[in-house]
Amino acid sequence: MQLTGAQILMRVLKEEGVDTLFGYPGGAVIDIYDELLRSGLRHIMVRHEQGAVHAADGYARVSGKVGVCLVTSGPGATNTVTGIASAHCDSIPLVVLTGQVPTHLIGNDAFQEVDIVGITRPCTKHNYLVESTADLARILREAFHLARSGRPGPVLVDIPKNVATGRAGVPPAGEVRIRSYNPTYRPNGKQLKEVARLIRESRRPMIFAGGGVILSQGSTELSRLARREQIPVATSLMGLGAFPGSDPLSLGMIGMHGTYRSNMASSACDLMLAVGVRFDDRVTGRTDAFAAQARIVHIDIDPSSIRKNIPVAVPVVGDCRISLQMINALLDGGAAHELAERRRPWLEQIAAWKSTQPLAYRQCERIKPQFVVEKIYALTRGEAIVTTEVGQNQMWAAQYYLFDRPNRFVTSGGLGCMGFGLPAAIGAQIACPERTVVDIAGDGSIQMNIQEMATAVQYDLPVKIAILNNGHLGMVRQWQELFYGKRYSATRVECAPDFVKLAEAYGAVGLRATRPEEVEPVLQEALAVRRPVIMDFVVEAEECVYPMVPAGAPITEMLLV
Amino acid sequence: MAEEKHVMTMLVDNQPGVTSRVTGLFSGKGFNIESICGCPTSDPGISRITITTKANPPVVEQIEKQLRKLVNVIKLRSLDGPKAVRRELALVCVQARGEQRTEVLRIVDIFRGKIVDAGLEHFIIEVTGEEEKIQAMLNLLEPIGIKKLSRTGPIGLIREPK
Ligand SMILES: Cc1ncc(C[n+]2csc(CCOP(=O)(O)OP(=O)(O)O)c2C)c(N)n1
Ligand SMILES: [Mg+2]
Repeated sequence: MQLTGAQILMRVLKEEGVDTLFGYPGGAVIDIYDELLRSGLRHIMVRHEQGAVHAADGYARVSGKVGVCLVTSGPGATNTVTGIASAHCDSIPLVVLTGQVPTHLIGNDAFQEVDIVGITRPCTKHNYLVESTADLARILREAFHLARSGRPGPVLVDIPKNVATGRAGVPPAGEVRIRSYNPTYRPNGKQLKEVARLIRESRRPMIFAGGGVILSQGSTELSRLARREQIPVATSLMGLGAFPGSDPLSLGMIGMHGTYRSNMASSACDLMLAVGVRFDDRVTGRTDAFAAQARIVHIDIDPSSIRKNIPVAVPVVGDCRISLQMINALLDGGAAHELAERRRPWLEQIAAWKSTQPLAYRQCERIKPQFVVEKIYALTRGEAIVTTEVGQNQMWAAQYYLFDRPNRFVTSGGLGCMGFGLPAAIGAQIACPERTVVDIAGDGSIQMNIQEMATAVQYDLPVKIAILNNGHLGMVRQWQELFYGKRYSATRVECAPDFVKLAEAYGAVGLRATRPEEVEPVLQEALAVRRPVIMDFVVEAEECVYPMVPAGAPITEMLLV
Repeated sequence: MAEEKHVMTMLVDNQPGVTSRVTGLFSGKGFNIESICGCPTSDPGISRITITTKANPPVVEQIEKQLRKLVNVIKLRSLDGPKAVRRELALVCVQARGEQRTEVLRIVDIFRGKIVDAGLEHFIIEVTGEEEKIQAMLNLLEPIGIKKLSRTGPIGLIREPK
């Protein structure tokens, strides 16, 4: 039977288990939107295409499914680029469907024509321009396969208008095979034996876990390994939740704003098991000083992550969960000889670092932003899904909200993209309607996608936005304070709107706290209503995030409170 | 670490945009391309692209890994060392008047080149060989006067087992 391209699209989306897409219509996709009405799929109409991509990203991270966006050609497509780049940096599985002018007009500078495949080549895992309706089903199936397999990532499919209206038969769905694409899931057994041996021999081991553990659903295996072998665990920003943050073995985050004990442990350890990380410069600081005493084992599904920034002793190419499972199986064999005794000096050292330099801030008569995050943590009992904007707010969320489970912390890690948190919260709330979703926001960032308040109200999504309103682009101001002689160039957020009135103008709830004792009642009220809420926490303006490692310094050289 | 020349060859899907994925990777990641040569293979669905780069060993490792990650790259091999044969084609237009003409012909002969175009004051020479051989000939022609030069950069194949 012959179907139109638009019908083929709906069919493949359902085959792939899609039930929700995030999008915004336009001329080039009007036929697809027409078909969408008959499809039974849920469409969330955002207010800006960047919002659609971040929402799909948030949805993908908490649901573990592929997030899907649908936008028109030209400006619709270019508006997705920032969202795609963010998902690409963080390896989030997305399929982004863009409309395109009809094939006979491509190259003619037609109305709303842009070469979106050319533009997004470096920031997608792969992308396609569909040249004929007959190719559409195959390409879409490949796109979903690529997005979710191996190291996940965003895949863009550009669909010309006449491909959507043309007709073709649909080949039956089957296993997707791409001859040049075969990710290695099962690691080399010999390498793993070496890893097991190193674990058994080491006196001061640590695990450094990243987003790859979460993406591969490897948290349980990771916890098993850490607890049985008594290995402390630090995580990257993307790895928060991969290991329970409240576990005594947790070191917290590592890197530029990592905990004192994480950063100190990294330079004192004799074995570093790096799992699903990519040694970002925000983690390593000066690379030649990083983990200088350690043998580094690096487990990752992407071979190009290994030895990219840091030399390693044992490279392991494979899926993090499967690798950890196999390491656990190897270690199950031999008994850990007097393990507690062996580990004691190391764990005592770490406990000492923790007690001498815990995460800390000084209270004052104004609200401290860290205090707000602590209260959010307490009142949501650590069970919320937390999204963040970018800047100080993001770092305080990462430091003061402890995640005991994966897929609960949603942040733009690699790209560090302001405007991420609100749309990501919308996507997360759609994936988990019953959970509390909090966007920990900054007064600068929230204004970058504030229009999505309308989306939250329209679809009755009770996301809670907690603005840590310091009147500044705080993180940039912090650098200016510390390294640029307090010359605050362009970092005051002038003429900010009244966020309470703004919430009300959108039909949401607006609340404000200006004194520490108002924080808890405001949070309680916000969490009690089943509506979207903006909380404006007017916080200390010149607070800094500590610890801080100056860019390019070894990560043991921290500025402390 | 010292930068050295490396030749790598890859089979890729013969589709629009694939060359730009490959070259875009080099420019986007700050890798260097000394030469690039691409053409379909005997299978019209597959092209072969051969690239010469100049980089230190860890960077070469990254380049190869990143290229293998491209979905359209089917297979990638290094053409360095004795396991491969490498050839390059050059067309050289030299200025040649009077007694220079016999000198040019002698040089062409030594390097087993061919004259493919001749005029009263010039020759166009065709020569193939390993890069070093071509460079050696160019060094001899340089003082006589090279007017124009076009080189393909190396292509190559891995030798079959004997
Ligand atoms: C789209 C974008 N533009 C610029 C930046 C650079 N930048 C990083 S943090 C920051 C300040 C963010 O201010 P705010 O949202 O108020 O957060 P705060 O640091 O004050 O908590 C800026 C401008 C960025 N990360 N993203
Ligand atoms: Mg701010």
